[in-house]
Amino acid sequence: MSDAVTVAALAPAGMVSLRGALDDPALVACVTGLTGAAMPAPLTIASGPQGQVAWMSPDELLLFVADAAAAVAAIGQALAGRHHLAADVSDMRSVYALAGPGARGVLAKVVPVDLHPAVFVPGTFRRTRVGQVAGAVWLEADGQFRVIAFRSVGDYVAALLRQSAEDGTVGLWQG
Amino acid sequence: MSTRLATGGRLIDRSRAVTFQFDGRQYRGFAGDTLAAALLANDQVMMGRSFKYHRPRGAVAYGAEEPNALVNLGLGSRLEPNQRATQQDLFDGLTAESQNRWPSLDHDIGAVNSAVARFLPAGFYYKTFISPRPFWKHIYEPFIRRSAGLGRAPQAADADTYEHLHVHCDVLVAGGGIAGIGAALTAAETGARVILLEQSGHWGGRAMVDAPEIDGTPAEYWVRNAIQRLESMQNVTLRLRAQVTGVYDHGYALANERLTDHLAPAGGPRHRLWRIRAGRIVAASGAIERPLSFAGNDVPGVMLASAVRDYLTNHAVSPGDRTVVVTNNDDAYRTALALVGAGLIVPAIVDARPESDSDLIRAARAAGIRVEFGRAIARVKGRKRVTGVQLCLHAGEGAVLEEIACEAVAMSGGWSPVVHLWSHCGGKLVWDDARAMFRPDAARPPTGDDGAGFVRAVGAANGELRSAAVLADAMGDSAPPASDAAESPLLPVWLMPQGAAVHLREKMWLDYQNDVKVSDVQLAAREGYASVEHAKRYTTLGMATDQGKLSNINGLAVLSDALNQPLPQTGTTTFRPPYTPLTFGAIAGSARGDLFQPIRKTAMHDWHLAHGAEMEPVGQWQRPYAFRRDGETLHDAVNREVLAVRQGVGLLDASTLGKIVVKGPDAGRFLDMLYTGVMSTLAVGKCRYGLMCSEQGFMIDDGVVARLAEDTFLVHTTTGGADRIHAHMEDWLQCEWWDWQVFTANLTEEYAQIAVVGPRAREVLERLGGMDVSKPALPFMTWAEGTLGGFPVRVYRISFSGELSYEIAVPQGQGLALWQALADAGAGLGITPYGTEALHVLRAEKGFIMIGDETDGTVIPQDLGLGWAISKKKADYVGKRGQERPAMTDSRRWRLVGLTAEGGAVLPEGAYAVAAGVNPNGQRNVQGRVTSTYFSPTLGRGIAMGLVERGPERMGEWLEFGTPDKGWIRAQITDPVVYDKDGEKSDV
Repeated sequence: MSDAVTVAALAPAGMVSLRGALDDPALVACVTGLTGAAMPAPLTIASGPQGQVAWMSPDELLLFVADAAAAVAAIGQALAGRHHLAADVSDMRSVYALAGPGARGVLAKVVPVDLHPAVFVPGTFRRTRVGQVAGAVWLEADGQFRVIAFRSVGDYVAALLRQSAEDGTVGLWQG
Repeated sequence: MSTRLATGGRLIDRSRAVTFQFDGRQYRGFAGDTLAAALLANDQVMMGRSFKYHRPRGAVAYGAEEPNALVNLGLGSRLEPNQRATQQDLFDGLTAESQNRWPSLDHDIGAVNSAVARFLPAGFYYKTFISPRPFWKHIYEPFIRRSAGLGRAPQAADADTYEHLHVHCDVLVAGGGIAGIGAALTAAETGARVILLEQSGHWGGRAMVDAPEIDGTPAEYWVRNAIQRLESMQNVTLRLRAQVTGVYDHGYALANERLTDHLAPAGGPRHRLWRIRAGRIVAASGAIERPLSFAGNDVPGVMLASAVRDYLTNHAVSPGDRTVVVTNNDDAYRTALALVGAGLIVPAIVDARPESDSDLIRAARAAGIRVEFGRAIARVKGRKRVTGVQLCLHAGEGAVLEEIACEAVAMSGGWSPVVHLWSHCGGKLVWDDARAMFRPDAARPPTGDDGAGFVRAVGAANGELRSAAVLADAMGDSAPPASDAAESPLLPVWLMPQGAAVHLREKMWLDYQNDVKVSDVQLAAREGYASVEHAKRYTTLGMATDQGKLSNINGLAVLSDALNQPLPQTGTTTFRPPYTPLTFGAIAGSARGDLFQPIRKTAMHDWHLAHGAEMEPVGQWQRPYAFRRDGETLHDAVNREVLAVRQGVGLLDASTLGKIVVKGPDAGRFLDMLYTGVMSTLAVGKCRYGLMCSEQGFMIDDGVVARLAEDTFLVHTTTGGADRIHAHMEDWLQCEWWDWQVFTANLTEEYAQIAVVGPRAREVLERLGGMDVSKPALPFMTWAEGTLGGFPVRVYRISFSGELSYEIAVPQGQGLALWQALADAGAGLGITPYGTEALHVLRAEKGFIMIGDETDGTVIPQDLGLGWAISKKKADYVGKRGQERPAMTDSRRWRLVGLTAEGGAVLPEGAYAVAAGVNPNGQRNVQGRVTSTYFSPTLGRGIAMGLVERGPERMGEWLEFGTPDKGWIRAQITDPVVYDKDGEKSDV
């Protein structure tokens, strides 16, 4: 089926939770330096050569980097004396890839997010509910969604996404 | 008899015959039929029996409003009760059964109720079964329950699947008649994202049957073109068989799309529940024709005039050779004209109006139809089907003037707008005297967060019944011209004849499904039920599965008349979603089986299962209760695990404990406020036990805090407390102490945590090697970071068992590997994985409290002898003032003690200690209760803790505990700590 949607668990990645003043030039320099990405606007994820930065809340970012421990150490140095909290959270969440032309419809069954192609464009990042658990979704590229949720409910999220894909597309937002 | 005409039927495909079963008999219909249409075409006029009197009933309507034609649809795992035959599309192999009859539809024993109907008036059950009181529970209620209910509940699990779908739009249009299509077009032309949903399988609504002219063309052409235009627009989503069932706050709406109900069982989800966020909602839900209240208006063959027209035009179904039309308005004349046009006979149009004139009336006369003004139906003749009607003066009491033989009666009492979607979220109604209807009051719409209305009713749903007005209402200036026949005013008729005697009123049905008659509502009024909501519940008017779609307005009018007040003063009952019942499957969606509820698993979950763990839910986590070995009972396993920990070494998966990092210049000050004790003085590298209370002073959590750095603490919470306490922290930080410099992060899921517990725990860690875990290097209540067997770990010397104990945190991804390494390293030492029950026994032997056992939301730390964990020096902490209230300082409060039962017995959980005398309710006074109780394998007897009035002051006293099955158990008040009172074993 041409519009079949695949669900795959992604390999563990380095992740860092960073809380601080997002308009602090030192923090901005540190984050952009670590990832090569620009600072993300609210509700977006920014990508760079060395990593990605997702906007989680007005004072929280989630960094995707190769070496989380090194990143935490670098942040600690860069922001020494500035109020912030950086933690290696690489093991805290599971990430799933949802791919295929019908992925929007399959995802729309389980997240209450406006996934209209004009609204949910590549780089959009939304913390939301995935079925009955907390999670976040973003669009890596056209037809390439990422779903992230806490590790303990990883089996549930994977099964939910697979069931949704198995039940088929919904006839919305094709092409 | 009702039958299929040789020609016509705009929805049926005569080249495609469809066979189906009803009550075990094989029937034939055509593709495009509904079940009701096909049954009528086969002269199966009677389709069910009513709820209370088991009266024979046939379809009275054509659509969602049908109260009578309810069937058990499908078989086995696809059986569904109370399905409306009028909305069920026919498919090959469809199987349906009539309801509420035994042994058969034709011969029903319950029909005896009808013979004694005069003894079963409104409120009969309330009045009759009130005494003697005990009879209700044991005799009346079980009996009534057995005879109640319409359909049969399915026994097998549902074989179908269901799904939800979340969508957002600017404009949601509910209803695909010309109003909805017009509103969708108008909105779509502005570029708005539009969703247009229609509950039936066809676009166009009534216009397709009544065929006005729109934009100079027949309505059918206009509809087809408009739908094509909408389908071509990228910003429009259209669906048939999708009913908007409810409107909720903030533009949220639910719609149910029936994906496969019109097909033989197929793959894929059966229903799709749309969960829609709409900027604006247009209710284009049409109107429903009202029945007239005349005696015998429930006999099969009496139908709404519009329904007769629909069955005839859409399915070529003749309701019988002769149909008497009875009306108070012009619209029913269309039915008469349609019947005559199809070659059938309309012996008379019985018009309650004294006189009237219009094109439609003249057309009826021109067609040779006899029109009788000022006349009414006195009574319908026939029982299982109509055989004739008796006519009388509408102004009179019902003296029979003449009798007309006929097979069907087409009735029209006017139209009621479907205001449900307007009203679900608070839209108000206004009574329109001229049209005799409640219609949306545009000045009082349901309002959104901006205070503006977010629902607009258009077309017939807004009270506009003429095509030109409907389109103008829906489309404004862009509305095309439209024309249909002019109509003269209707005459409100709530009782027919208006002076009907009581024996007639007892046969006038208002609510068909629940068997509520005009006489019942009048009785309710006489008995003092002046509020419409009370009268509804007393009579059950409008409380059936159709929620009074046909009966409400007529019932309100009768009630108003009985109360001698104008109709608007009586008001309406509340419109609640869903518009028609949703199947549970649609509501559950995919949340069934493994997806019913998320289960939280630790990194070691599968290992536990592979090693005999019996899991138990703790919050949404699954934790091993005990690891059972071959031949062991669960109790054996718990005892073995406890002894293994006391005598050797055990292994516990403590990953579920909450782990929250608190960091910032004000972190110490913040924790001093959250905990009853002082945390700011804790040295880096050390751990301290703390209690957290609500503002009211009651305990909400406890755990060990470790100071990781000068400005950083790690807070351990209970398993169930992690998310709750994190939210509690953020609540205080964001709402109260927003200027304090503190950040928190809930890292519960980042780390697996493994407790290695028992006198030989140190040996296990030393075998892995990598860091110094000796007492001097890592004393009790300290922590250290390092590696163990190559794993990066943080080791806490904390103990919830009273034994030497190391809790080792490691990133979740390495949790299982470390667990296995520890199990291997300890194999020679008899290392024993243990579960939550052994954990409980171990802590209870030590007198450690457990949140949720010793606390229940009414317990303060002082009750538990935890005064030592409460700082006397601090000016304040959350809960301090709550704990100073008189009730909290009362010396008679129940406080924590140990309880030792006579003969080493195990006290029952939750048992109460009785005191002398009885309370004002005649119940025995109590003076304490058991909060934790176990068999202690360490001591070889039962141990327990409990809360007892002045408990600690009464050491050595004996109490009596009541049990449900073992009589009275005596127990002595003792010290709660029964093992290693001085704590020497954990501090080694």
